[in-house]
Amino acid sequence: MPDIEAIADELAAELKKHKADYLEARLEEGQTSHITYRGRELESIGRSTSVGGNVRALVKGGWGFTSFNNLDGLSERVSQAIEQARSAGRGESLLAEVALVVDEVSSGVDVNPVTIPLSEKKNLLDEYNGIIWGTPQIQTSTINYADSRRKTIFLNAAGSRITQERADVNLSILAIAAKDGEVQQVLLSRGSRGDFASMRSLHDEVAEKARHAVEMLAAPQAKGGEYTVVLNPFLAGVFAHEAFGHLSESDFVYENDRLREIMTLGRQFGGKHLNIVDAAAVPGFRGSYKYDDEGTPASHTYLIKEGILVGRLHSRETAAKMNEPPTGNARAISYGYPPIVRMTNTYIEPGDASFEDMIADIKEGIYAKDCFGGTTSMEMFTFSSGRAYMIRDGKIAEALRPVMLTGNVFNTLENIDAIGNDLDRNQGGGCGKGEQMPLPISTGSPHIRIRKCLIGGS
Amino acid sequence: MEQILSQAKKVAEEAEVFRVSSEQTQVRFEANRLKQLQTKQQTSVALRIVKNGRTGYATATEAGDGTELVNNAVETAEFGTKAAFKLPGPTEYPAVDILDEAVNSVSIKEMVGLGEAMIAAVTAHTPDILCEASVSHSVSTVTIINSRGGQADYRKSAFSLGIEGSLIEGTDMLFVGESQSSCHPLSETATVTAEVLRQLDLAKNRATAPSKQLPVVFTPNGIASGLMMPLMSAFNGKTVLEGASPIGSKQGQLVFDKQFNLYDDPTINYRPGSRPCDDEGVISQRTTLVKKGIIADFLYDLQTAALAGKPSTGNGSRSRGGLPSPSPSAFTIIPGDTTFDDMIKDIKEGLLVDYLMGASQGNVLGGDFSGNVLLGYKIENGEVVGRVKDTMVSGNIYKLLKDITAIGSQARWVGSSLLTPPIYLPSVAVASQG
Repeated sequence: MPDIEAIADELAAELKKHKADYLEARLEEGQTSHITYRGRELESIGRSTSVGGNVRALVKGGWGFTSFNNLDGLSERVSQAIEQARSAGRGESLLAEVALVVDEVSSGVDVNPVTIPLSEKKNLLDEYNGIIWGTPQIQTSTINYADSRRKTIFLNAAGSRITQERADVNLSILAIAAKDGEVQQVLLSRGSRGDFASMRSLHDEVAEKARHAVEMLAAPQAKGGEYTVVLNPFLAGVFAHEAFGHLSESDFVYENDRLREIMTLGRQFGGKHLNIVDAAAVPGFRGSYKYDDEGTPASHTYLIKEGILVGRLHSRETAAKMNEPPTGNARAISYGYPPIVRMTNTYIEPGDASFEDMIADIKEGIYAKDCFGGTTSMEMFTFSSGRAYMIRDGKIAEALRPVMLTGNVFNTLENIDAIGNDLDRNQGGGCGKGEQMPLPISTGSPHIRIRKCLIGGS
Repeated sequence: MEQILSQAKKVAEEAEVFRVSSEQTQVRFEANRLKQLQTKQQTSVALRIVKNGRTGYATATEAGDGTELVNNAVETAEFGTKAAFKLPGPTEYPAVDILDEAVNSVSIKEMVGLGEAMIAAVTAHTPDILCEASVSHSVSTVTIINSRGGQADYRKSAFSLGIEGSLIEGTDMLFVGESQSSCHPLSETATVTAEVLRQLDLAKNRATAPSKQLPVVFTPNGIASGLMMPLMSAFNGKTVLEGASPIGSKQGQLVFDKQFNLYDDPTINYRPGSRPCDDEGVISQRTTLVKKGIIADFLYDLQTAALAGKPSTGNGSRSRGGLPSPSPSAFTIIPGDTTFDDMIKDIKEGLLVDYLMGASQGNVLGGDFSGNVLLGYKIENGEVVGRVKDTMVSGNIYKLLKDITAIGSQARWVGSSLLTPPIYLPSVAVASQG
């Protein structure tokens, strides 16, 4: 593995020699290990190492970006990025001011998860797989475990040099039940900012998920239509991320006058009980960091406060163009990509309703729990529950097949009429935007209730 | 690579080195303006070994002398799966034309010109639309060598154009888009922009869908976004081997409508999904999956095929840097004999679906799909009358594709992995907020 510290010295000197409106570079080295199971058998186990870097330049409002994992000829890479920026630049370069930073940030974990012997990881996964296969009517299972440790060095021509290390662990376990041509699956998804220990002791949860997959074989599908829907914290967190979070990413907004009109600060989006936050500066979650990939310090940003739009997420460029303070949300999944505006740890703050209060006056509704996935077009969102139940006369009733929820974000946020007191975070999975996925993030929410939510079905 | 292979052979019974390197150049437009030029150089080396009968695996971006790579592979082999496969020996590969050196001589200026032409055509039609566009070209080199003397190497070029437009009025948003790719340089943008203008024209008026079972025509983009994920997982030999594919035990049986024919074909000249061999060095071939509604075969890589007691279909793919796994190269649905216009004319009340959002988040394995109609239109009395919103379309592909009213007479590429005509289904569940 080449020593990226020494290469960083060389590259820092190189950046100073060249001229552009703005010039930065990132170097990165990392290791990962992964284990996957399909069915009873281990399918793949492997280790990988990577090293690479990029140079990004801004000239007259145009960006040049060159990424590489051959670390020779750095001077030419810098020239190439500047040349590209020159070809693209036809306007004015605008970037929000950020202080020069020289800093080193450790990963914050005592044990690098990648260095834990594969045998130890495999033994744990064997236990989980054994539990699934011990459940009657289970057809098969899929387990994906991956960990990583990476070190990045951020440099810019002004003299900033920020070394940050991070570690990540991600586990997903899928239990698949089948009977008479029917197939049902339930997912357990867990992530951590590098702490392998948090993947232990999931035995009871794995058993519960496997049983649930089997139960769903006999469950009916929801009848499609509008319902009052209660979302559990996991699903509500994904809802906040998908339905609203992506709209707060200013790269969608800053050059789009009509979207800027919709997203005017001060606009009412929901009731007084609704508060949505994005905060990379809260330590310890998968979306946490000290500096983003442009060297801007992380922040704690209220997006919605008391139902009113009060903030949004910025890179240095979007902040300058919208004349708002930078929030440190420019992130890249790896050295192969330029940083773009992304969420970090996004959550709905808790309110005061208990779960019992929330369902008490629902005559016929749906309780949707956990999440298979979610996506958004900004105006419209869809997300799928991992499980679902009818609510009848204020009580949880029969289990349903997982439901697909969809709606218009502007109406739906207004239609949230109760927010629970039980904030819970989810750290599994990852977020995709453009070609960059998966990016480690976390979501969070208490239980929430939404009136008039559209459910797909027969 | 030979050095890595010879080191690996000293400690393992079998070894294989797989190397991919690529250079890509891309021009990007945002908000109708040129925004960024980008180049990406990438190399990765993967080593697969069989030691004491078990598979070991490691990858790196920089292999150096290979010592770390070999050590990592040896460590993983201790726990690896039992290797059931045999690596291919020396092989004569078919000629599949996938390299056109001309992509490298397309200048940045010409690429910018193509992007500007796409944006000019779309904004001339709809002045208030904001477009993102990209034009890119790449050349990649793949080399595979193994301890049985197998050796494959090829170079492949790719060129692609794409545009996405958004039109916002109040809080109402319309998204349109199209892309095109080839191994040849693309020199005209009219194919892409004509499709975008068609979408804009159809979406001009608004209409509402009722909540009930309706006849639905899926366009090629609609099929890709709504129906393909369940099909891809069902025909994956691995899903079949596990018993998790609903059609796994139905080879030779009539499962789909008799009009439905599906195959995978990595041998079409100058298509970005084509290649002379798969990522394990197995010869590329066309594999028939469904013939007249009857399940013909599934897709296999070496290991899965060996466990299933079948030959590999040459579908070993190393996506995401992992071990090979079965994956389609280019799914092709054979056209029928009904024109698109005749399908629309046939419908008294129904939907035309161009894009379903979120359709593959549900129980894909079971064949279920359910998505928001992000781009779709109401059909009334044989005519498309306007765009529908706040509408979901749901169903199960095994129930729906058993009874197909008609398959379109003209197929289109969607990205590089699907070639399909439109499909007309008699009755699909629609839920709408009107």
